Amino acid sequence: MIPAAFEYFAPKSLDEALRLVARHGDEAKLLAGGHSLLPLMKLRLSAPRYVVDIGRIRSLRSIREEGGRIVIGALATHHDVEASELLRITCPLLPETAAEIGDVQVRNRGTVGGSLAHADPAADYPAAILALDAEIVATSSSGTRVIPAAEYFVDLLTTQLRPGEILTEVRIPRTGENSGAAYRKLHQPASHFALAGAAARVTLGPGEKIESVAIGITGVAVNAYRATAAEQMLIGKKAAPKLLAEAAEKVTDGIDPLGDIHASAAYRRAAAAVYARRALEAAIARAGGKKA
Amino acid sequence: MGVEIQVHVNGKSFQNEVDPRLLLVHYLREVLGLTGTHIGCETSLCGACTVLIDGHPVKSCTMLAVQADGAEITTVEGLSSLPEAGGGLHPIQEGFWEKHGLQCGFCTPGMMLAAVGLLRENPSPTHAQIRRALDGNLCRCTGYQHIVEAVEYAARKLRAHKR
Repeated sequence: MIPAAFEYFAPKSLDEALRLVARHGDEAKLLAGGHSLLPLMKLRLSAPRYVVDIGRIRSLRSIREEGGRIVIGALATHHDVEASELLRITCPLLPETAAEIGDVQVRNRGTVGGSLAHADPAADYPAAILALDAEIVATSSSGTRVIPAAEYFVDLLTTQLRPGEILTEVRIPRTGENSGAAYRKLHQPASHFALAGAAARVTLGPGEKIESVAIGITGVAVNAYRATAAEQMLIGKKAAPKLLAEAAEKVTDGIDPLGDIHASAAYRRAAAAVYARRALEAAIARAGGKKA
Repeated sequence: MGVEIQVHVNGKSFQNEVDPRLLLVHYLREVLGLTGTHIGCETSLCGACTVLIDGHPVKSCTMLAVQADGAEITTVEGLSSLPEAGGGLHPIQEGFWEKHGLQCGFCTPGMMLAAVGLLRENPSPTHAQIRRALDGNLCRCTGYQHIVEAVEYAARKLRAHKR
């Protein structure tokens, strides 16, 4: 399995990379860790004429706090996210999600930006990014554009990113007091991709009522999405087990689940409800200061 | 059009002009002649091609040789020259020998490098942590139990060596 021939560029700066993608448009593919692009190129499902390796642009690898938000550089690896002390304290949902991706070797190479730009329907981060109300920052030679996570995923392997843009960072708002989040997934045993994955973020108000809730679902449909019907059912109500189970049944409302050799559409629908309920239960327990 | 790369493999420096599409595993095996790194599934699943890049286990079938430019690479051929090997077999190699951590041996180089990566981050792993660290390495012979014991053997030996 050898990729088709291509011309290779290894820019040292973001400006240089932006010039290259501006010049080559959609004939160029960006290479970060290569764990989405290279498998496609080896199968010749992708045969770009130009490959722009942004893996050497060190400034894109940081994870930092900036203006009350957490900023994750596109080149942060899944291992960087999993091991980040800052994220463990400020946004434990992301390390929990990163730890569920593939295996050690994959987590050492795969990047946040690569995963989000590729937008595999069964990738893990999309669920978390949606539940966190994150922002995706796209940079082009004409400036930067901020895309809310809820609008970012458009279709199968398709996002709001345009040719000539590079996903440079992800911004995560700080979560307030009495909030908790969790990611739960049913993984395909060989690839570890999500057959159904759910990330939930919950803020509890007085009397343990659900003040706000966000649920991101991955692995189920052509793209990751927010389960708004389930969210609406939960807001303002006390988190009782029966209510959580009923809301979780709604996470595939209006969705046409994928069916393939790994799981039928009906199975994915059932699994999504189970894992959404577990994610909600864990998020609520954590919001109440309990371990889950 | 070839691209010039410079890599340090098992402590030695190499400079080659390579085709950008050349995979790292093919570079190691065919250009450098280091055939201890095996090619199994070629789809990033089996881990037979695992090597250490700057100390971290990666699958060399899912990396271009050009991406390794400037990197420090350790393959199975280099294990016995690591400082902790003390001139003999590396403790992980000894562990696989003593605990019978292999049958056909095809997955062994990748298993050992994944294990070395783990033991550098976590010198005293639990059973569960060892199994999680070897999650990306498939063995079709052993059932893994002896492999886990081999890693524990190496961990004990490395801890004793440090004292």
